Formats: sequence, C-alpha cells, structure tokens
Amino acid sequence: MNRIEGRVKVTGLATYAAEYPVEGVTYACPVQSRIAKGRIKRIDGRDALAMPGVLAVLSSEDPPRLAREAAGELALFQSRDVAYRGQFVAAAVADTYENARAAADAIVVEYEQDLHDVTLRADHPNLYQPETVNPGFPCDTVKGDVESGLDAAETSIDVIYTTPVLHNNPMEPHAALAVWDAEGRLLVYDTAQGTSSSRDLIAKTLGLPREQVRVVSRHVGGGFGSKGTTRPQAVLAALAARDVGRPVKIVLTRQQMYDVTGYRTPTIQRLRLGADAQGRLTAVEHVAYEQSSTLVEFAEQTATPARVMYATPALRTAHRLVRLDVATPSWMRAPGECPGMYALESAMDELAYAAGLDPIELRVINEPETEPDSGLPFSSRSLVACLREGARRFGWDRRDPGPALRRDGEWMIGTGVASSTYPALRQPSRARVTMREGDFLVQLAAADIGTGARTALTGIAAEALGVAPERVHVELGDSDLPDAPLAGGSMGTASWGTAIVRACEALKVNGTEGRADTTEEIKRDAELARHAFGAQFAEVRVNSVTGEVRLSRLLGVFAAGHIVNPKLARSQFIGGMTMGMGMALMEETFTDEEFGGFLRRDLAQYHVPACADVPDIEAVWLDEQDAGLNPMGSKGIGEIGIVGTAAAIGNAVYHATGHRVRDLPITPAKVLNLMF
Amino acid sequence: MDITLQVNGVSRAVDVDPRMSLLDLLRERLALIGAKKGCDHGQCGACTVLIDGRRANSCLALAVAVDGSEITTVEGLGHEDDLHPLQAAFIEHDAFQCGYCTPGQLCSAAGMLGEPGPSAVTDDMLADPGLTPEEIRERMSGNLCRCGAYVNIVSAIAEVAP
Amino acid sequence: MKTFEYARAESPSDAVRRFGPGAMYLGGGTNLVDLMRLGVAQPDHLVDVSKLPLDTVEEVGDRVRVGAAVRNSDLAADPLVRSRYPMLARAVLSGASGQVRNMATVAGNLLQRTRCPYFQDVTRPCNKREPGSGCPAIEGDHTNLAVLGTSHACVATHPSDMAVALAALGAEVHVTGPGGDRIIPIPGLHRLPGDAPERDTVLEPGDLITAVELPAPPAGASIYRKVRERASFAFALVSIAAVLDVRDGVVAGCRLALGGVAHVPWRAERAEQVLIGGPPTGEAFLTAAEAELEQARPLPRNAFKVPLARNLIVRTLEELAQ
Repeated sequence: MNRIEGRVKVTGLATYAAEYPVEGVTYACPVQSRIAKGRIKRIDGRDALAMPGVLAVLSSEDPPRLAREAAGELALFQSRDVAYRGQFVAAAVADTYENARAAADAIVVEYEQDLHDVTLRADHPNLYQPETVNPGFPCDTVKGDVESGLDAAETSIDVIYTTPVLHNNPMEPHAALAVWDAEGRLLVYDTAQGTSSSRDLIAKTLGLPREQVRVVSRHVGGGFGSKGTTRPQAVLAALAARDVGRPVKIVLTRQQMYDVTGYRTPTIQRLRLGADAQGRLTAVEHVAYEQSSTLVEFAEQTATPARVMYATPALRTAHRLVRLDVATPSWMRAPGECPGMYALESAMDELAYAAGLDPIELRVINEPETEPDSGLPFSSRSLVACLREGARRFGWDRRDPGPALRRDGEWMIGTGVASSTYPALRQPSRARVTMREGDFLVQLAAADIGTGARTALTGIAAEALGVAPERVHVELGDSDLPDAPLAGGSMGTASWGTAIVRACEALKVNGTEGRADTTEEIKRDAELARHAFGAQFAEVRVNSVTGEVRLSRLLGVFAAGHIVNPKLARSQFIGGMTMGMGMALMEETFTDEEFGGFLRRDLAQYHVPACADVPDIEAVWLDEQDAGLNPMGSKGIGEIGIVGTAAAIGNAVYHATGHRVRDLPITPAKVLNLMF
Repeated sequence: MDITLQVNGVSRAVDVDPRMSLLDLLRERLALIGAKKGCDHGQCGACTVLIDGRRANSCLALAVAVDGSEITTVEGLGHEDDLHPLQAAFIEHDAFQCGYCTPGQLCSAAGMLGEPGPSAVTDDMLADPGLTPEEIRERMSGNLCRCGAYVNIVSAIAEVAP
Repeated sequence: MKTFEYARAESPSDAVRRFGPGAMYLGGGTNLVDLMRLGVAQPDHLVDVSKLPLDTVEEVGDRVRVGAAVRNSDLAADPLVRSRYPMLARAVLSGASGQVRNMATVAGNLLQRTRCPYFQDVTRPCNKREPGSGCPAIEGDHTNLAVLGTSHACVATHPSDMAVALAALGAEVHVTGPGGDRIIPIPGLHRLPGDAPERDTVLEPGDLITAVELPAPPAGASIYRKVRERASFAFALVSIAAVLDVRDGVVAGCRLALGGVAHVPWRAERAEQVLIGGPPTGEAFLTAAEAELEQARPLPRNAFKVPLARNLIVRTLEELAQ
C-alpha cells in the first residue's frame, strides 16, 4: 500500500505548519542571547519600533503574561537571567518577514555577563547522580560484583567512547502560526509530533483551560524527537498574536534551530567488559557522562541498553549528569539506545578481537534467557536469528577476521557487525470510528511526521473492520480529535493502533460508531520485557591516502513483531540506518567554549548524509508472532534503524584499517591522525 | 519594486521588497507553498524550482533579480490527477517520508534530467555518461533528505531517467 | 537583512558607473545573498551584473576566454573546457550542488568568501568581518581552516574549487573599474591575510571582473581531486589541481595548486621547483611535498591537513606519472 498522502506531498499541496493561509498574518522574529550566562541589564526596542511595518517588540522589559506554571525554555521573557547563548530574549513583530527580521536585528540588548561553563568532562566537579533517567528508569543499577567479575575474566577491556552534540535537523524548520479568535480561543498550527500534548503544554504555559486551545499539525516535515515537546516558537507566536491582535507566524531559521529545538547530549562513556575463556561475559559495566542545562534536568538513558542486551553475572550501569550553561538537550531518534549501543556494541567488537572470537559468536554465546537486569521474560527476542540471517545474507562466513588485510588500490576494505535494540512500548490513546456514507472515518489526535502513520493506521483499521483500505479514512493531526499520545519512542503505531482496533470492535457491536480509550487495557498488561532487536552489517572503504571513509554496503535485519506495512517499514528502517551513517561518519555540532553556544549551525557545516553518501542500503526483517504486545502484534520501528549503525560502521573501519576510532564522528582527520 | 514573472505559465505582476527572496515571494505572496524553506542559504535544496528551465535554489534568488523570468514550481510539474512521471515514480517507490524535501527533490530531478555533460563522478570529462545510480546520486546531492529516503529517490529517478 | 536599493546594470561600464559607496555587485547571489541574510554583507546598493552580456566561452587564438557571468554549470559543460581543461571542468563540478552551479557565476565563484564559522556569525568576533575584533578560530573551531600562509589575524581558507584549478592553469582575470582596465594573474588575485584579512583580493572598490582567460593548456596530464568527509556537496578539506609533464624520464613541467589549506588557492611553487628537471619518482614527489609543507603552521585541530596534503600531492603525482 502506497503512502496515502503521497499525491498531496508530490504536488506541493500538503500543508505544513507555516503554510496555512490566514488573513492578516504578521511575522515574528526572535532575538537571541549573545552571552551564555548572566543577566539582561536593558532591552531597548525603540529603534526597532520606529522601523517600517513593525508592530511590537516583546521582551522581559515588559514581561508578557504567562501562567505561573510556565517553565524552562517556554517561560519566555519572564526572567532577566540568561541560561545559555542563543536563548530567546526578545522578539520583533512586523507586517512582513523581511521587516520583522530587520527589526529583530535592531533591538538592543545589554548584558551583565558571568563566566560560563559549557564543557562536558568526565571529571567535572559538578557531576551528580540524577534521581532517574528518561523516561523514568533508575539512574544506576547493580547486579553482582563487577570488580570480581573483571578479576576472574580471561579477557577484559576498559575503553572510553565519546559522541558529540548531534542535532536532529528535520528538513522542516520549527514553525508556528497562532490565531486567536474573538472568544479568546487559541489555534496554533504547530510543528508538533503530538497535538494533544502540545495543546496541554501550551494551555498550561499560557494559563488557559485546555478546551480553549487547539493545535493542528496535519503534516510535519520530520522531527526525530525535536518536535516531541513544545518548542518556544509555539508560545512566542501565541504571545505575539495576543499582543498585536493579529495572527502571527514564526519560522525559525536553521541557525536558531540549533539553539532552541534540542539536541542529543554529548556523551562520554566508559565500558568495562570481561569474558571467560569460552567468551562468556563475566562482567559488564557501562557508565555514561552527559550534560543538561541549568533550566531543566534532561537525563538521557544512555546506559540502559546494557540492561537488556547480554547475559552476565555482574552488571553495573550508571549515569552522571552535569548542568552546564548550555541549551537543554532533548529527544533525538532513539535517545539513550542510539549513543549507548554505539559504545556497547563497539566494546563488544573490541572484546571479540581481544578474546579471539567471531563478533557474532560472542553475541550468540551471551544471549540471555531473560532480561539481564530485571529477570523478566522477553515477550519475544530474535536477536540471534537476526545475526544469523544477516550473516547469511551479508556473506559473513567468507570474512577474514584479521584487520587491515583487504585492499582495492588506495582503499582498505572492512566489514563490521553490531546489534540493535529498542523498547516496544505503548501508551494510552483514544480513537473514534464512525460510519459515513458506507465508508469509515477514523479519528484521533495522532501525528504523521513522515512515519506513514496515516497509511499504517488505515491498514490497521481496514483489517479490524474487515473492509478494503479504500473505505477507511484516517483523520489525525488535530487536538480537537480524540486524545492520542505523540509520535515518539516508537510507540505511535502500537498506541494508536490499539485504540483504533478497540474502536473498530466497538463499532462492529454498535453498528454506527465506536469509541475507545485504552488506558485500562494497558494498565492490565502483563509484566514482560518488550523490545525489538536487530543486527546491522556494514562494509566500508577507507582511503589510505586521504582518510576518507565511504560506506559501500549496509544491511539491517530486524525483528519487530508483525510488520504492519512492509513498504513503509522498509523506508523507516533504511531512513534510520541512513541517519546512523551520518552519526558514524560526519555529524557533529561544535560547542564554543569561548563564547558559549554552538558553532557550525547550518547544513553546510553540520553535515547530514547527502545522496552521494548512501549506497543501496538493504533492510529486511524476520516476522515475529508476539501475543504479548498489542492487537497488531507489532513493535515500533521508527528508531531501531539508527541503533547499532554507528557501531557496525566503526567496527568495519577497525576491520579495514586496524585502527579504532573511539570518538564519533569517524572523520578523515581522525583516521589520518591514527594512520600517520 | 514592480516585477513580472511567469509562474507555472501564469503571468504574475507583483510589487516586492528588494530584500524578498523568490522563495518568500512564492510562499508568502503567491500562495505557492510547494517550494519549501529548509535552510534559506542554499544548503539543503528544499526550495529548488526551475528558473527559465534550470534548477535553482529559490532562497538565494532575490525576487527583483529574477524579474522577467519563467518559474516552474512543483505545482507546475504536474497535478493531482495528472502527475508528472517523476511524481508518480516517487509515490510508487516510496521516495519520501515527511515530504518536506520532496518538491525540491522533484524539481531538482526534473532539471537534472535535462542537464548536459559529466558530473564530478564521471571518469571522462568528455563523456556524456548515462544516468547510472552513481551519477544520479552525485547529481542529486544538492537535495538533502533527513528522513533518509535517498535509496528510494534514486530508484524512482532511475525509473524515469532515459 | 538591511534595506538596499537594487539596480540592474546594462553594460560593464554602466555597472562601474553605478558603483558608489556602500555598493556591491550582485552575480548569481549564491554567496552574497547568503551573506546578506546573515548580516555579514550589508550593502546599501546592489548593482546586478548577472545579466550582463559576459556569458560566453570563446576561443581567442590558443586561449579560451570565459565571460564573468558564465554560470558554473555552463563552464563545466562547455565542450572547449571539457576537452582542453578537463581538470577545470572537474574542479567546477566538485563544488557546491547542481542548483548552486546553475546560479553561480565564474566571477562570483572567484570572489566567494570564506566559510569560517566565525566569519559567518555576526555575533562573534572576526578580523575579516570586523577588523581588529580578534580571531577566535585560532583557539576555537579551526578544523577546516588554513595551515599555509596564515597570520596572527586570520586563518581563513578560500573555499573555491574552481580557483584552485585556475591557479594551476595560470589563468588571468580581466578587470574593469574606476581606474580603467587591468589584467590580474591567478595566483595574484587573492591575497594572504597578513594584517588586513578583511581584504580577500587585490581588487579595488568598483572593480568588476569581466572575464577569465585561460592560457593554452599546459603540456602533460592533469587532474583535480577533492577530499571531503561527505561524498558530495561539501567544501574541501584539501583539494589538489595538478599538471605533470614527463619527458624522457624527467619532469619537464609541473603545476600544483592546493585548495582548503590557505586564504588563497595555494600554488605549490616550492614543490614544483623541486620536481622540475628531476626524475618522476615517489621519492622525489615526497621530497617535493615536504618542501612545500615545511611552511605549514597547523593548529591543533587542523594538523591533519599537513599529512593529508602530503599524501595527496604524492599520490596525485604518482598517478599522473603513470
């Protein structure tokens, strides 16, 4: 089944947040802090106000009215304190985009600057142990004794990996268009991964009853987590529109996106692994050092995959956080699993070499019976099958394990493998299905951020109703529809699909309409370890003259329950793997220690993969029958594709060159530094 | 300043601020939202349109500087009930996810198919190479896709390429 | 973006006449509009020279004259250029994207400005943008900046690929301006930063490039090669344009230029001098590369460019010698 909104997307008719035609629209442009820490002494908007077309200047000189509950980066212009460079400190509103931007440049802000600290270090004196890590996991776990496990090991490794600041960089910049009606009801067209949650947060921030706020996000130009929580532009548009009495549109510049739409925290990760003579793990320790802002504690769950992956008598995982004068990190595709599995799966490769074992066999030997940390049974787990199937397809049996042995002219060739995993969870959702002229209208406040939710949910409803998909029409992306969780955590299809199936069942009883709320059903879920698994195989070519690394083959084999829509699922897996390749080889935002904030804040300096970087990536899957998940038997697939890719590529670079780059991304500079 | 453009075959006379880009003119004044703003600096290709038949970044073109030009946006390539072959191939190959880079990819591909000569990956600068997947990948590298639909974009274009 | 007045020039002399204080010439706009939007360029007047009748590639005797307004893509696709100067065609095609090359002019390519992250950010100091404000790149993010010909005031690189090939070919730039007409050789158009990094070139206010003239193709084999971590649509970490003419086992001619390493397209004259008259051996190539790179003053984060440039020189010459 092709993407339902395909035609409107290829003809340019699909309407994204900033694109709704609204009478009398005006434009707001934010002003960003030029210091990383300190206080605002004075903001002077007089020059800006005198410019042509300028309607208003908003700032903490005259703080706009917000609810007391307004918090973090959404509490716009409420405080004189500056928490990071790039924070919004004022805004100009004008009749055109050009006038608004010029006016914002003319707003004068004077600061009282304090010394800032923006650098994550593993020995930072202010590191602390947060209560929990996202989204509520224990910060530290200990099982057995790691030290004695390492002492008893035949082979052990103790290595440190680092990952840089990474930015989601969806192609559509974060935007909002806010319209107040005569009754004081607020409509925000927002770039939101969830309209129910965005409505609630905007209402809470503005101190409005939630019935008075409506958020519409029918098409979202990618998010990858960065549109998961409401961003300041939505609140700013609402405040500015209230101030000028006209609709206000804000489209963040690409540069502004780097500062206020979240990023993946940089990590420093120490891995200590031990194995006995047979390759059985005797100890696993994974400690992650991460940062957050002074505004909000955002503690990424980086070391949590070690709690899921391999059997070991001694397992310790820990997270340490430091609050710096930086923007708050946020969600980026597979938060936790992605950077954590980069380190764990690279370390497993290092251990395999140290122990003289095949990296696949090392993983197979350490396949656990139950979830290592919790002891819970798995609802299903096909990691070994994925590794075996991948090995077969990739031709792993023909691989010479020795490093730096294969050449093609200047190019050194190597292959690598890594495992993937991601939790398979679901959240309460509502849905409504109604008969309409012989067809079925499915409504819920889900979001399609490019995942293909409309299409997947159409298929799920058609199957539940036993009708052709052409007779099902899914309406989503509007908070006036039945409440639904956001598109995130690879939970969308499972959460929304459950509600749709239940609503369809109700309709079959009722005859004309079915409504569902899955809150109670999900509360009754059995305690099981629910995760998707996969294996990724990479072949790279590393240039011995230039240090350039080019991916030549990438294969992912995944096991994620029942795959709802094969065509879209393949795209999702490949998309995640492509982003993982960017993480491995090129993506990095530079933290500016001298002035605070970030450098390389654009798409010419922050490189995401281009078409020429991507060979014919292959993604396949093993169908799993798993009755312990949801009515579809599905596990989420939006994130697992990026988990493990960077490790597979890094392991392949080692196999090609005999050199291990432990700091992402693996750039020519790092390869050359090791080789020469 | 008063300028006149042919946009998708229709003559449009507009009074524009000299600072206005062609992209903002299309999106904010002419209600043509197909061309997308992804970076506003020519670094992503989402704003790609055809100016006098050649693909170009409409964010880098001042509207006043293209006075008198013929502009084709994705809305002019084909219509919902009469798709351009590239548009149909993009749907069939699932060559997009969020769809935000898609209009730019389509206009870029349409322009690219008519461009003569070698590319940076062509071995012989005198050759007119066929559009192999490698050639398509290089020639389409001015259009970033963060969803990572490149594999499908290349197969869609390959189907339409001569 | 600051407001400005826009005018389209009818002829080169009309363009020069229209040029006054606060004016800038607008070519394809791919860099200037970008810099205006960033606030880095703030012209009061834009004189649009992109539609001037300077858009042909012509044979002039054994030379080829390229109009200043020829689009990058047209230059690369031109049969004369492809057959006589394949190195130049490849250099042009290695830069930017298909869309940008369709817009960007030859003159604009030469005059594009550095992509140093500090230069492009008006909220941070930069001696090139704001003389005397300092160069934070020296202590900060200089990963992709210069290792040759730097000064205490600036470590920016010139980002062009095309200019590197032109430097190796020994092209000439034809200029008209308030002071009359001039011909400036490449190298020679771009200048090292010294104490005045705000000046990228030797051009004076109002000078307008009208053409680039390519001398008869040098004897020997030539190549352009660009190194970057993204496979396309990225500026060079290091690039090389090389011409090698070997006769009777001796290097009779050699031209080497490097990109991504300096404030100018860097003609590697020391290396050329070492090679000419000697044997085309790997050892000689390494000696030549090291003679050139002795002058390098790398910073901690861009030190990799020195072995990279060395490897690239040696490997490229080896390939040409075969």
